[in-house]
Amino acid sequence: MLYDVIVIGAGVTGSAVARELSRYETNVCVLEKCEDVCEGTSKANSAIVHAGFDAAEGSLMAKLNVRGNEMMGDLAKDLDIPFKRNGAMVVCIHKEALDGLKDLYNRGIANGVKELKILNREEALEMEPNLSENVEGALWAPTSGIICPFELNIAMAENANMNGVDFRFNTEVEDIKKGEDGNWHLRTNNGEYVARYVVNAAGVYADVIHNMVSADKIHITPRRGDYCLLDKTVGGHVKHTIFPQPTNLGKGVLVSPTIHGNLIVGPTAVDIENKEGNNTTAAGIDDLIAKAGDHVRNLPIRNVITSFAGLRAHESHHEFIIKEVDDAPHFIDCAGIESPGLTSSPAIGEMVGNMMKDMMGLKEKANWISTRKGVKKTEGLSVEERNALIKENPAYGTIICRCESITEGEILDAIHRPLGARSLDGVKRRTRAGMGRCQAGFCSPRTMEILHRELGIPYEKITKSGGKSNIVLERTKGEVSGS
Amino acid sequence: MKTYDIVIVGGGPAGLAAAVAAKEAGNDSILILERDHELGGILNQCIHNGFGLHTFKEELTGPEYAYRFIKQVLDLGIEYKLNTMVMDIAPDKTVTAMNREDGMFQIPAKAVILAMGCRERPRGALNIPGYRPAGIFSAGTAQRLVNIEGYMPGREVVILGSGDIGLIMARRMTLEGAKVKVVAELLPYSGGLKRNIVQCLDDYGIPLKLSHTVVDIEGKDHVTAVTIAEVGPDRKPIPGTEERYTCDTLLLSCGLIPENELSRSAGVSMNPVTSGPVVNESLETSIPGVFACGNVLHVHDLVDYVSEEAKRAGQNAVKYIADGCKEVTGDNVIELCATDGARYTVPSTINKERMDDLLTVRFRVGDVYKNSFVSVYFDDERVMHNEKRILAPGEMEQIILQKKKLDEYPNLKKITVKIEKE
Repeated sequence: MLYDVIVIGAGVTGSAVARELSRYETNVCVLEKCEDVCEGTSKANSAIVHAGFDAAEGSLMAKLNVRGNEMMGDLAKDLDIPFKRNGAMVVCIHKEALDGLKDLYNRGIANGVKELKILNREEALEMEPNLSENVEGALWAPTSGIICPFELNIAMAENANMNGVDFRFNTEVEDIKKGEDGNWHLRTNNGEYVARYVVNAAGVYADVIHNMVSADKIHITPRRGDYCLLDKTVGGHVKHTIFPQPTNLGKGVLVSPTIHGNLIVGPTAVDIENKEGNNTTAAGIDDLIAKAGDHVRNLPIRNVITSFAGLRAHESHHEFIIKEVDDAPHFIDCAGIESPGLTSSPAIGEMVGNMMKDMMGLKEKANWISTRKGVKKTEGLSVEERNALIKENPAYGTIICRCESITEGEILDAIHRPLGARSLDGVKRRTRAGMGRCQAGFCSPRTMEILHRELGIPYEKITKSGGKSNIVLERTKGEVSGS
Repeated sequence: MKTYDIVIVGGGPAGLAAAVAAKEAGNDSILILERDHELGGILNQCIHNGFGLHTFKEELTGPEYAYRFIKQVLDLGIEYKLNTMVMDIAPDKTVTAMNREDGMFQIPAKAVILAMGCRERPRGALNIPGYRPAGIFSAGTAQRLVNIEGYMPGREVVILGSGDIGLIMARRMTLEGAKVKVVAELLPYSGGLKRNIVQCLDDYGIPLKLSHTVVDIEGKDHVTAVTIAEVGPDRKPIPGTEERYTCDTLLLSCGLIPENELSRSAGVSMNPVTSGPVVNESLETSIPGVFACGNVLHVHDLVDYVSEEAKRAGQNAVKYIADGCKEVTGDNVIELCATDGARYTVPSTINKERMDDLLTVRFRVGDVYKNSFVSVYFDDERVMHNEKRILAPGEMEQIILQKKKLDEYPNLKKITVKIEKE
């Protein structure tokens, strides 16, 4: 089948582009090498909607960050995902660095960030009592927010799918050639795909994909960042997102509440070669813990429930590359999408959507659906509301994940929806089952039973996150005969 | 919804024994709430033997031991609800729970018995570096998969932590045909029972490496190898001591955490050492009428002690209701203290008026002590001095206090348990 557009990668960038393209009369397919959306850079980051004061003045990064931040409020409503503008503080702990705070303020103003303010020591401590004793001042950015990156990614992909975009998972692009028919021919592990246009949203692999079609090579360095996630009991240690002053390696180790009420600490920044190298290291975690204490006092790091690492897709010029490739017409790069990529994703989608609309002469669909309802959540429902739900569907009366109070009803919803969950991680990212303090010790056998029952997947084939990540190997003693 | 005098949260060994004792003490209005689909709790997956030597003077498997109590619950007609999760316990002892059939319901109880048990410390809380692939299980999760669901997690196994479940699973996995390559323990001693080290590791030639930890986990999708290293006295890995083991499974048995989310939200005062509620001689928490027993109170080594403790909680709950649900305050409260190697005591206080003739005080030590003494001081006077050949953190210790002995010290304020060399 000939597609008008193939998007490579179902992370936030690819999903945002797919959703924007789904507004138009055109057939689009997203190819994703993993078994689900949100499997690369999008799944492991700070989950911050940045205000936009950090990116260089006049850069595309600055423009799309500020635009993405502006768009996020309405988008979160349309797509039914939790988002909160909790505000961010960049904390200065050395008197001689106060000028740097002023520079950051000026850059923010130039970038179009609204409501920025410089706080003195007392103002900063009053707003955030757990800041370091050494605080000298802070930049206050109230438009900064926190979001669930999984839900943002999943929601954009689901909405695109509802509007007719195909998604092909476990499909890895191995080579791309321009055919004699003038179309792009993409060789994958699942056969050939053909498209008139290709959008490269391949994250840390965007250089590999780009370099398949262009003589003008680019290089993406995976920049690893370690994180610690802390228990909800200490989620209120700070109310705002607390940054150190930025360095040339990035925005530094932040401490922030998450949208779901945990506390996140991270990331480190280490450039590596391995594009799959999202392993944490002892040195990284130690470094993280040492640095986080510089700006926030009494950090309750003992309450860590998990640590993880993510890879930023760092392009050598630290700038987003979003354009048609000069020597490869009809091939559009979205490369170098590192932080603030999550924030910028809706704006990247908008930019690429508009670009392709003009290039391809696309017409808007009459019946485009702009909204999507998320997995029906039971947290915070009253007894009456719960009982109404349970009466309608008794599965809402069974708790599967004790730590996060996730019901079987929510898990069934996550499985039986567009681009539904097929693995433990798929369920986890859609419902939070397994994301709590026991880290799926209690719920994983129960979730496996549901996946087995609902999707007919044999136990041995149920995975953590696709590929060879099966949870169990085989029956202990073989099938009992006659059963 | 029907109301009940006593709501027992958890239908494992603690909840069952508490229910039976409460019924036998004369209360007919008891409800057990159990989140799993059958009574028995964690014992259902403990298919090995070694249970019941103290209680029944015979060696039973976990399910057999549980069934002794389940049968009593059934014979006595004690009510219970399965597949039911308790969502909240209010300070006024209103218990909110939920299941498919009843929906969400609330029971205003006169007394609540906390018997929720404990859970395992997961990988995340241990900050083990490396990848996060499939193939990493807490030992208890693997035990459920193997013994209840009937599936093998893998064939080549490394175990971190030498808690009892890890030791038991080393043997189970071996019996099921897997190769357990090594058990690494961060501490210089095991947290498990000596008999389990002998019967589950030594008997199968499985090496136990003390003062070792996991420093790397390899495998993008599934575990392919684990590297362990020796740790120094600061518990940090010593460079150059790394040993790499190819494997497909990493089991973790690195400590148990009493599952007290409900207790905390009810406002029960907690003991930071045990992570369980602070209780008095009646096993009553800081909220009058809320009792605690079993692993939710403090992690036990033997289920026999859980049953014995839970029996007292059940009896005391009945007594509390029979006495008119009154908060008992008195000047005669004696504080119990653990020092010099004794980590904690359960209970933490004794009200002499409510004390039985004999009171068992349980505690654990924080290190291995050889040829030492368990000493008990009444204020500054040493009144007990029991020689012990060995004391280890994996084994729970106890002393028994006699009421008539306490009566000899009318002004007694503080009882201290300590470990002494001589």
